[in-house]
Amino acid sequence: MNLSLLQQQLINHWQKDFPLISSPYAQLAKELGSSEAEVLEALKALEQADILSRLGAVFDHKKAGASTLAALMVPEEDLEYVADIVNKFEQVNHNYAREHDYNLWFVVTAADDFILQRVLARIEQLTGLTVLVLPMEKAFHIDLSFQIDFDSKQPLARVN
Amino acid sequence: MTQTRLAKTQEALNPAALSVPCAPEDKAPDNETLTLEQQRQLRVYLEQGLPLSPRPYQEIAARLNTSEAAVISQINYWQQQSLIRRLGLVVKHRQLGYCANAMVVWDIEDQDVDRIAGQLSARGEVSLCYQRPRRLPHWSYNLFCMIHGKNKEAVLRQIEVLTRELELNHIKKDVLFSYKAFKQQGARYSQRKPGNDRA
Repeated sequence: MNLSLLQQQLINHWQKDFPLISSPYAQLAKELGSSEAEVLEALKALEQADILSRLGAVFDHKKAGASTLAALMVPEEDLEYVADIVNKFEQVNHNYAREHDYNLWFVVTAADDFILQRVLARIEQLTGLTVLVLPMEKAFHIDLSFQIDFDSKQPLARVN
Repeated sequence: MTQTRLAKTQEALNPAALSVPCAPEDKAPDNETLTLEQQRQLRVYLEQGLPLSPRPYQEIAARLNTSEAAVISQINYWQQQSLIRRLGLVVKHRQLGYCANAMVVWDIEDQDVDRIAGQLSARGEVSLCYQRPRRLPHWSYNLFCMIHGKNKEAVLRQIEVLTRELELNHIKKDVLFSYKAFKQQGARYSQRKPGNDRA
């Protein structure tokens, strides 16, 4: 998908500080010299293309509930099968294969530690593997929004 | 560590087996306007995303049976409390060409962690930097950095430069590139049912 200038601007300017006013999209349009309808259209197209995951809130991990990074060492031929079990938990929001003996990495977030611990225990039970549990001890830097370098020469590839 | 092929039990394949018990309800945070249940619902809506229509807060307010002003004021309160870290577009970096996602893990002497983490965090290419516990003997790394780039070679070069410039060559580290995203979604803290509600 080739992104329009409007879409690129939306991505690079509105990953944070989305307006808390009655007509926020009209405000974005005003700042970007566009119309409310065009902004909404651009965002819908980004969502359609699976580039926009959502326009919403990112909650603080610690204040919003319990969360941890976790990993499993999965025999290569079982990776898809185990990833599928892990994915089925609504509390798992990221799940990646990585190049390491610990080859499946996922993040579990839950309303509280009680649920979190039970999800981890259940994953161990269902997979027969020991989960490496690595909760955050200290956050030094979290830059959740990030500047996208839109290079027109490099077409955007769809992955996964 | 050697592992044998997993036994694929019927239990693991049965969605009902994935549910675990619920925890008791949280205590009420201070709020004068929305009920606890409305607050919980609002968090679900914010985690799922605002409607892409002209009056998104009004739409959510209608679903919650409250006023637009109450919704806006609640979100504002959460932002002030830093419960909400940011409100805006959540994009999928892979879809934008940022496919090389490296988790760099370091084994740093405990007393040096704060100093080195500070140096790493100041680098523009590092998007996240966290301290996590070691789990010996299998896992000896205690500091994690994320570096996102458009290709693996460029990211490896960045890591090399960063290691040299910060004089971290003597520190044991490992670079874990992701090669497949099985799942990528926003966190659902507000989900009360810990089971699997998609099956």
